[in-house]
Amino acid sequence: MPLTQTPRAAGGPAQLLPKKLSHARPLFDPEILRRAIRDSFLKLNPVRLLKNPVIFVVEIGAAITTLLLARDLATRAADTAFNLQITLWLWFTVLFANFAEAMAEARGKAQADTLRKTKSDSAARRLRPNGTTESVASSQLRAGDEVLCEAGDTIPGDGEVIEGIATVDESVITGESAPVIRESGGDRSAVTGGTKVLSDHIRIRITSNPGETFLDRMIALVEGAQRQKTPNEIALNILIAGLTLIFLLAVVTLQPFSQYSVSAAGAGAVPSMAVLVSLLVCLIPTTIGGLLSAIGIAGMDRVMQHNVLAMSGKAVEAAGDVNTLLLDKTGTITIGNRQAVEFLPVPGVTETELAEAAQLSSLADETPEGRSVVVLAKEKYGLRGRELAQHEAHFIPFSAYTRMSGVDIDSGRLRKGATESIAQFVTEEGGSVTPELREIAERISRQGGTPLAVANGRRALGVIHLKDVVKGGMKERLAQLRRMGISTVMITGDNPLTAAAIAAEAGVDNFLAQASPADKLNYIKKEQGEGRLVAMTGDGTNDAPALAQADVGLAMNTGTMAAKEAGNMVDLDSNPTKLIEVVAIGKQLLITRGALTTFSIANDVAKYFAIIPAMFMATYPALGALNVMGLNNPRSAVLSAVIFNALIIIVLVPLALRGVQYRPETAGALLRRNLLIYGLGGLLAPFPGIWAIDRLVHLLGLA
Amino acid sequence: MTPNGLLQIAVYFALLVLLTKPMGAFMARVFQGERTFLHPVLAPLERICYRAAGIRPDSEQRWTQYSASLLAFSFVSLVFVYLLQRCQGWLPLNPMGLGAAAPIAPDLAFNTAVSFTTNTNWQAYSGESTLSYLVQMAALAVQNFASAAAGVAVAVALTRGFARQQATSIGNFWVDLTRAVVYLFLPLSLLSALFFCSQGVIQNFAPSTKAVTLEGRPQVIAQGPVASQEAIKMLGTNGGGFFNANSAHPFENPTPLTNLIQMLLIFVIPAGLTYTFGRMVGDQRQGWAIFAAMAVLFLLGVFVLYGAEQSGNPILARLGLQTAPTATQPGGTMEGKEVRFGIAATALFATITTGASCGAVNGMHDSFTPLGGLVPLFNMQTGEVIFGGTGAGLYGMLLFAILAVFIAGLMVGRTPEYLGKKIEGKEVKMAMLALIATSAAILLFTGAGAVIDFAKASYWNAGGPATANLNNAGPHGFGELLYAYSSAAANNGSAFAGLNANTPWYNLTLGLAMLVGRFLIIVPMLAAASRLAAKKKLAATTGTLPTHGPLFVTLLVGTVVIVGALTFFPALSLSPVVEHLLMLQGRLF
Repeated sequence: MPLTQTPRAAGGPAQLLPKKLSHARPLFDPEILRRAIRDSFLKLNPVRLLKNPVIFVVEIGAAITTLLLARDLATRAADTAFNLQITLWLWFTVLFANFAEAMAEARGKAQADTLRKTKSDSAARRLRPNGTTESVASSQLRAGDEVLCEAGDTIPGDGEVIEGIATVDESVITGESAPVIRESGGDRSAVTGGTKVLSDHIRIRITSNPGETFLDRMIALVEGAQRQKTPNEIALNILIAGLTLIFLLAVVTLQPFSQYSVSAAGAGAVPSMAVLVSLLVCLIPTTIGGLLSAIGIAGMDRVMQHNVLAMSGKAVEAAGDVNTLLLDKTGTITIGNRQAVEFLPVPGVTETELAEAAQLSSLADETPEGRSVVVLAKEKYGLRGRELAQHEAHFIPFSAYTRMSGVDIDSGRLRKGATESIAQFVTEEGGSVTPELREIAERISRQGGTPLAVANGRRALGVIHLKDVVKGGMKERLAQLRRMGISTVMITGDNPLTAAAIAAEAGVDNFLAQASPADKLNYIKKEQGEGRLVAMTGDGTNDAPALAQADVGLAMNTGTMAAKEAGNMVDLDSNPTKLIEVVAIGKQLLITRGALTTFSIANDVAKYFAIIPAMFMATYPALGALNVMGLNNPRSAVLSAVIFNALIIIVLVPLALRGVQYRPETAGALLRRNLLIYGLGGLLAPFPGIWAIDRLVHLLGLA
Repeated sequence: MTPNGLLQIAVYFALLVLLTKPMGAFMARVFQGERTFLHPVLAPLERICYRAAGIRPDSEQRWTQYSASLLAFSFVSLVFVYLLQRCQGWLPLNPMGLGAAAPIAPDLAFNTAVSFTTNTNWQAYSGESTLSYLVQMAALAVQNFASAAAGVAVAVALTRGFARQQATSIGNFWVDLTRAVVYLFLPLSLLSALFFCSQGVIQNFAPSTKAVTLEGRPQVIAQGPVASQEAIKMLGTNGGGFFNANSAHPFENPTPLTNLIQMLLIFVIPAGLTYTFGRMVGDQRQGWAIFAAMAVLFLLGVFVLYGAEQSGNPILARLGLQTAPTATQPGGTMEGKEVRFGIAATALFATITTGASCGAVNGMHDSFTPLGGLVPLFNMQTGEVIFGGTGAGLYGMLLFAILAVFIAGLMVGRTPEYLGKKIEGKEVKMAMLALIATSAAILLFTGAGAVIDFAKASYWNAGGPATANLNNAGPHGFGELLYAYSSAAANNGSAFAGLNANTPWYNLTLGLAMLVGRFLIIVPMLAAASRLAAKKKLAATTGTLPTHGPLFVTLLVGTVVIVGALTFFPALSLSPVVEHLLMLQGRLF
C-alpha cells in the first residue's frame, strides 16, 4: 500500500489559488525594477532579439526610421519632428517588450540570489573506508561518499540517510521553520544539501556531484538559465511569426497600391517610410510578442511561489491539460488518521459505561486513534482522564500478535482492539460474545469506518466507531475540479467497502482500493490509453514508476530521492493537496497566453481605422469617413496609434506577470467570459485609447 | 430587398439544408468504402479503373505518397491539357477550324491548362471562338471531373487525419479520386445534364449557326456539346463556361429553374462534405457546426450583396430615376444582370459562385455597385471557405478551425485541441504556411501589377504598363486588378472582367497565382492530416473547448472574417470601399 507522509496542515478553504503566498514578492520591487530596466537595454542586442521574431521586426523598423531620420537631419528635410517622435516610440516599443521579459527574469534572479546565499561551502566529515573520518570541503564530495553529520552541522550535499535518525531544519529550501524527521530506510531518508541537523547524528551517503545538487538545480531553474521554450510556446511563436509575415506582406504591397492610387486620383502622396513602418508595427502582434516569454517565466515563478519546484515549463503546461487526478486518500483527502466518532454499546451496556471503559483503555495509547478516543469521551460524555496512579494501573501496549491494547486496573481488565481479537480475549476470560457486537462491527465496516471492540474481562461492552475524516473544504475543491472537467481518483490501501464509503463522502469520482504500486501504474496507463492526461503525487520509492509514467508527477520533498527523480515537480512543503493548485496554475498560464494573443490581434482593427484614413486622406478625402475616432490630423493619428501600441505592452505587464484570473468553470463558460473580455474588449478598447492619446498629442502640440 | 427576392433566397437555403444530410451520408459511405445503392451498377466500373491502372484499392498511403500521387496526377493533366490545346488545329471535332491558322499561344495554353487542373477555371479566352469541341470535352470537361475529385480526396484525407488514431497513413489518393468520380460526379452529372437538356441547354457537335436578325444584321450563334459540360461545371465548382457569357448565356442557363438547380449543384457537395466530416469523425454535431459557420458567412454575404444591388445607385436616384421596386419594375440596379433572373437571383448566384470556388457567373460582377462587388472579392480573399470548392471548402475551413481553436483554445486553460487532437507547432505551422501562401499570391501579384511598366508593343504586355489593360480608372480599376489575382489565388476563376487578361504577363502571373493557391494549401493540409492521424485522440470533458455549439460557430466566423479583414483591409479600402464612399459623393468610375 502506498503510504504518504502525514501532511503538515489541511489545505485551505475552497479556494483554488490561495491569495496569500508565503514567498510572494511585491510586483514592482525597486531592486528588481532597476535590474529589469538595465536588462531591457542589454536585450536590444539584435542577436538576442532574433529569437523573438515580432520584436525583432520592430527593432529593424526602428533602425530604418532612425537611419532615415539621420538622413533627414543631414538634409534638413521637413517632417523631422514627426519622424523623430515615431522613431522614439518605435524604440520604446522594443524597450517595453524587453522590459516585460526582463521583469520576469529579474524576479527569478532575485529568488536565485536568496537561495545562493544559503549555499555556503561548509566542511564535511567524510568517512574513510577504515571507519575514521577526514575533514573535506563540501564542494569536494562526490556521489557515493559517506559523511557523518551531528546536531548543528550543515548537511554538505544531497544524499540519503543510511544510518540513524535526526531532526533537520529544512527552512532554507521550504521556508518552513518546523523541523522534520529524517531517518534511514523507508520514505523519509532523503536529505538536501544546505539544510541543518538539529539533533542526533546520522550517516549520509551523498547522491549527487557538486554543481548537480538539488539546490543547484533549483537555482538554475528559478534563474531561467535552462529555460527552454515549451511546446505550446513554440506553436504560439509560429502563429505570431506567421501573422507578422502576413502583415509584412499587407504593408509592403500597400506601397505599390498607393502608388497606383495616387497617380489614379492625381492627388496626395505615397505614404512615407516612417508611416508604413508605423502601420506595420501597429499591426504585428507586438503585445503578445513582447509578453510571451514573460508569461512563461512568470508562470514558472508562480509555481515556485507555491513552493513547488517544476523541473520544466512543459510540466506546468501539462498540468493545465490534466484530466485525471490521482489523489492518495490518506493525507490528501482525509486528515491522515482515523478518529473516534461514536461509541456503540451492545444491549445491556450504557453508552457512558462503554465510553468510560474505552477512555481508560486508551489513556496510555499515544497513537492518534487512541488520543481521539480519549477526546471523544471527554467531549461527548464529560469524562475526564482520571489519575490512574492511585489505581495501580498496568498498561498493556498494542502488539501485532494480540492486536489489542488496554489496561489492567482494580475495576477490571479493559481491552480494545479488532473484533476478532476481543472475541478471543472474552472467550479466554470465560465469557462469550453476543451476535450484536459482530452486527455493530459489520455495520461500521459497511459505512467505511473501522470498528474497535471494547471488553471488560469476560464482558464485551460495545464498539468504538473509528472513521476517516475528510479534510475540511475538500468536498468543495473536488466539486470545483469536476466543474473544470477534471475527474478525481482516490487511491487507498483500504478494502473496497471502506474506500467506497469515503469516496462517496468526499465526492471523488472514482477510487482504487487495495491499491498496490503496480495497480497505480496500470491505472495511469489505462487512463492515458483512453486519451487522458494524469497527474499524481507520491513520495515512496515504489511510487517512482507511476510518478514517471504520469504526465504530471508531483513528488513530495520528504520523499525518497528515487521519487523526486521520477516526478517532474517537487513540492517542498510535501503537501499532496497542492496538486490541485498546480493544475490551476497551469491553466492560468495557458489562459493568460490565449487571452493576450486574442487581445493583441483584436487590437488591430482599431489601428487600421486610425492609420488607413490618415494615409490616404490627401489622395481620397472620401476615406475620411473611416476616421471614426475623429482623430485630429493624419500625423497625430499615426503617432497616437504607435504610442497606444507601445504603452499597451507596459499596461499589460502586471497582467502577464500575475496571470489572468482563473475561475474553476466549464470550458464553455471560460471561453465565453474570456472572449468577451479579451476578444471583444480587445476590439473596442483601442478606440477610446487612441482617441485619448490623439487629444493629448494635439494638446501638447506634438503633431 | 423585396419579399419576392427574400423568398428566393429562403427557398434556396432551405433546399440546401435539406440536401446536406443525404449527400453527406452518401459520401461518407462512398469514402469509407461501404456499399451504397449505386454499387450494383457502378462497382464494376470502379474495379475496372483499378485494374486498368494497376491500383490495389486496399493499400494505404502516407501523406508524402498521397501528395506525390496528387501532384503527379495534376502535373500530367496539366501537360495533357496544354498539348491538346496547342494541337487542336490538327485534331478532329473542330468544325469551325479553330486554331488551325494560328495555334493557341503558349502563354494562353499554359494559363488555361493550369486553370482547369487547379479547379480554378479562370478563362482568358472565349470558349466559342478559341477552343474546339474536342478540347472542350476531352481536356476541359475531363479536368472538371478530375480536379474536383482531387479536391474532395484531399478533404477526405484531412478528415481521416482527425478521425484516425496513431495511424501512419491517410488513405489512398487513387482510390479516393476514383470513388469521387465514379460514385459522385458521374451519376450526378449525367442526371443534371439530362435535366438541363430538357430545359433547353444545347448538346450537339454542329458548327455555329449563321442567322439574320430582325434588323437584317448577320449573327453567328455558337453551338456545341454544352449540357454535358454545364453539369460538371457547377457540380465540380469549376465554373469554366462553354461560352464566354457563362451562365448568363441562354444556351447554358436558359430558365429560372435551371438557375436554381445550377446554384444548388454548386453548393451541394461542399455542404454535404460538412456532414460527411461529422460522420467520419464520429460526431455529427461537429459537421453541423462547420456547416453553420459557412451558412452564417454565406447569408451575411447574400444580404449585403442583395441589399447593395437592390438599393441601387444613389446618383441615379438623385437624377430622379426610379430605384424603388414597383409592381412592374425591379428597382435597384439592373446593370450587369440578366432580365430572366433579376436582382435577387443574380445576387444569390454571385455570392454562391464566389463563396464556393466555382466562378461561373450569371451576371457581370464588374457592373455591381461597389459594395456589391466587395462581397465576391472578400469571399475569395477569405479563401473560399463559404462551403467553398468541392473539398477545398472543407479543408480551407478546417484550416481556420485549427487557427481558431489554437488561439481561443488556450483561453479555456488547456493546450488547444480540436476533435480530441492536440493542435501543436506542426499543425499551426502548416495552417500558417497555407494562409501566407495565398495572401502572398494575391497581394504580391496585385502589387506588381499596379506598378510594373512594359514598353509599348513588348512581348509581355503589348499595351504598355500592366495597368493599361484595365478598362476602368481610379479605385474601380484597382478593384479589377485585385479581383483578378484574388480569383486566381483562391482558385475561383470568376472574372470581375474589365481586365484584358490575355497577355503573356497576366497569363503567366495569374497561372502562378493559381498554382500557389492550389498546391501550397493542399500539401500543407495533407502534412497536417498526417500529423493529426498519428496522434492519440484525447477524451473530451467539461474542461475541453466545445467545438459544436453556437459559441464555436461565432468564433470560427470571427476568425475567418478578422483574418481576412486584417490581411486585405488596406487593399479593399483602396478599391470597393473608397469607390463606395466616392459614389455617395456622386463620383463614378
